[in-house]
Amino acid sequence: MNKPHEAAPSLLEIKDLRVEFATRQGVATAINGVNLSLQRGRSLGILGESGSGKSVTARTIMGLLDTPPARVTHGQILLNGEDLLAVNAKRRRSLNGASVAMVFQDALSALNPVHPVGRQIGELYRVHRGYSRAAAKRAAIEMMDRVRIPAAAKRVNDYPHQFSGGMRQRIVIAMALALDPELLIADEPTTALDVTVQAQILELLKEQQSENNMGLILITHDISVVREVTDEVAVMYAGRIIERGPTAELLAHPAHPYTRGLAASIASEELKGQQLPAIPGSPPDLLRLPQGCSFAARCPLADQACTATIPVLQPVALQRDTACFKSEEVLVHA
Amino acid sequence: MSTTTTVNPLDGAKAVDRAPDKVRGAHRRWWLKPRFVISGAIVLLMIVMAAFPQLFTGFGPGPTENCDILKSNQPPSAEHLFGIDIQGCDYYTNVIYGARASILVGIVVSAIAFGIAALVGALAGYFGGWVDAVISRICDMAFGLPFILAAIVVLQLFGERNVWTVIFALALFSWPGGVRFMRSSVLEVRNREYVQAARLLGAGNGRILRKHIVPNAITPLLVLQTLGVGGMISAEAGLTFIGIGLTPPAVSWGLQLAAAREYIDAAPHLLMFPAIFLTITVLGFVLFGEAMRDEFDPKGK
Amino acid sequence: MLGYTVRRILQMIPVLLGATFIIYALTFLMPGDPISALTGERPLPEATVAQIRQAYHLDDPFIIQYGNYILGVFRGDFGIDFFGRPVLDLILERLPATFALAMTAWVLKLFVGLIIGVYGGLRRGQAGDHFALVFTVLFMGVPGFVIALGAQTYFGVHLGWVDPAGIRAGWPMAFILPALVMALEAAAGLARLTRTSLVDVLRAEYLRTAKAKGLSPKRIIWGHALRNAMIPVVTYLGLSLAGMLGGAVIIEAIFNIPGIGGLMVSSINNKEGTIVVGIATLLVLVYLVFNLLVDLTYGLIDPRVRI
Repeated sequence: MNKPHEAAPSLLEIKDLRVEFATRQGVATAINGVNLSLQRGRSLGILGESGSGKSVTARTIMGLLDTPPARVTHGQILLNGEDLLAVNAKRRRSLNGASVAMVFQDALSALNPVHPVGRQIGELYRVHRGYSRAAAKRAAIEMMDRVRIPAAAKRVNDYPHQFSGGMRQRIVIAMALALDPELLIADEPTTALDVTVQAQILELLKEQQSENNMGLILITHDISVVREVTDEVAVMYAGRIIERGPTAELLAHPAHPYTRGLAASIASEELKGQQLPAIPGSPPDLLRLPQGCSFAARCPLADQACTATIPVLQPVALQRDTACFKSEEVLVHA
Repeated sequence: MSTTTTVNPLDGAKAVDRAPDKVRGAHRRWWLKPRFVISGAIVLLMIVMAAFPQLFTGFGPGPTENCDILKSNQPPSAEHLFGIDIQGCDYYTNVIYGARASILVGIVVSAIAFGIAALVGALAGYFGGWVDAVISRICDMAFGLPFILAAIVVLQLFGERNVWTVIFALALFSWPGGVRFMRSSVLEVRNREYVQAARLLGAGNGRILRKHIVPNAITPLLVLQTLGVGGMISAEAGLTFIGIGLTPPAVSWGLQLAAAREYIDAAPHLLMFPAIFLTITVLGFVLFGEAMRDEFDPKGK
Repeated sequence: MLGYTVRRILQMIPVLLGATFIIYALTFLMPGDPISALTGERPLPEATVAQIRQAYHLDDPFIIQYGNYILGVFRGDFGIDFFGRPVLDLILERLPATFALAMTAWVLKLFVGLIIGVYGGLRRGQAGDHFALVFTVLFMGVPGFVIALGAQTYFGVHLGWVDPAGIRAGWPMAFILPALVMALEAAAGLARLTRTSLVDVLRAEYLRTAKAKGLSPKRIIWGHALRNAMIPVVTYLGLSLAGMLGGAVIIEAIFNIPGIGGLMVSSINNKEGTIVVGIATLLVLVYLVFNLLVDLTYGLIDPRVRI
């Protein structure tokens, strides 16, 4: 596998994770041997289309998969060396919210409609730190201030539906940051928001991440989001990581035809008036994954080797890995 | 019944956005599931019994023929499987013939409620505005009246009450729930893209309602009304039992139960058999409705 | 809040008028002359008949009669019966028995329905859920009066635990059996609704959030799931109490409970239209008041509709 980039122990280390879903039509492989590592204070973007396994990865880390139908069949998720897949329910609960926290895509449905937002934030202090009701409320107001919700003290008793979309997402972020977690996972945190609000929320996430020296995993299908926020990026396709490396470099010089397709689609967005070169075809059926490279059917460069065997992640440049037999070719032509 | 709600392929709307199939998610060959087979068999058996009771009584004498008052209230025997009733008639024949009233009331009342609800609910939901306001207020009024009490008041308008009188009384106040239900289904469908497309393509209101709105909004109502059949059968039997429903010479389980109540110690079989038949019938219809709902109405699960 | 309440009360008026008018029309279009029903075989002198007709406004146009009646109702005057007794008194005399029956049944139903519904919802797809489902189907499928007859015969006559009929034993003994029968029948629907609602809520994204916050399953269910699941249930519960008052007729008849159901039936037989209309009016009023109360308390449980 890839060599460790630094000597520092990883905050998060995912080793050969495999997750399956039992469906009526058969077993779907959602995650198929994912390896990831993240240092404290660093941010990692996981990029992929829906169904690529990026959200399942996030939920597996948080222990939020519904089992059944989901099943983790293999692998380890080490948080500071402790395997999250092996801990008991009580330990898991003490880590969730405190050491690992999550920001969800749709803040309106992520917040309980019948409780005031202050209570939902304060609940973390009450449950994990045993604060009194009043102390928890004070802490909640402080958190709301920190994520820059105006007039926090006045709005602490308001309900989620009384806030705008952007403010609601700030509340979800406040909830996630309440106990100063070491690892923050943001699953499409800006997808449901207006473009102007998106930028503000990303700014907030970035700032909080560096101020608190957190590890951040940002899951998105949007290249511009990754480019703006993350240090590194991992591209997922059909349950596998097909390319990873430092964000700027990887997006500038993709080594995988799929990444190149994604990068081209955003590049041409800047060239106004031109047709977006969408990647033709659709992702493979997770119930019947092909024998070889999952992308082969859509890949202009694919040959017999691609359809016969699965390419593994291999170093292509400094700190960069790609799972493609044609990576040299892609790099040259990019 | 038909399980698919398709859009006329000639409609331009289809090209824009295909009407979603309401039965999406339903299993293929759902009718082979045990719950469908069992409840469907009960329902079918009861309907056949209601339509052709002779099939079950061996084309012998009718319920009030061949009676011998001297044998009154005899318990079941080999010759008379269910015994003899108060008038000295064969009880098996009577109970079999009793199915007709219950089944007829249950199905016809539900069908009337279904028809009214489909039409009125679609109009209210589709046109909105004052049409909706008037219909909704009328529903509120009808809802304010307790169903059984309203039915009793209507039933008392008639001195002698046959199956059709009872159907009239029950049907008169049976629709408000269905109308509201249909109205909300239609509201959901009304602004879908294929409806808008049909409108842009110049389809008239009548055509849109017939081809797009009703077919796509009606399945939940059908399920609701199927579930209601059992309740209507219960209501008829209950009303008849306390003396406000059917009156003799009608033959029905409710009447048999009412008559049997006086002889509960001397002839318990008179109470037992109609009660068993009534229970199985209502249970059959309820199970059938439940099975339908689980299959066709994902929201109800 | 006050403005909303007033608006709601004003909206109730046409519904009340419409519903009572329907009953009024149906009742007084009943065949048979009330006076001849009253006197039986011996006809009264013409003059007396005319006097009675005038006293009861029987010669006025129908709509005027109705108008007079409803104006009286708003003043608390439900009219008098043919024996000169105020109808309201007659109803109020019978109301406690029906109320005791309906309330007892409602409370029993509340417990049975909620417990089964929550149990089934939390154990969705497991044996307990299937058991609960079978229970609800049975009580929905077996007609209530058949259960009533069976229970009356078994517990009342054979075992002699309670009086099979009548209310001499007073509350609760005289009411427990009929109320239980009503409750079981109605609990099935409540259990279903509760289960469905809870299953929906358990899939909600905010419960995922709660899990991500590291809350215990107990806290997730009691603190986050149940209150949301109760939102549709509360509406149903409020309205069903009013419905139970009216729906008690058949059970009252079987257990011989002298409530308004029995009064209704005997009044219809005696052509006592004023009593029939009086009962219906009162029940419609009760229904509307409950409807209003449900709407007003709704905001307590669901802040999204708080006024």
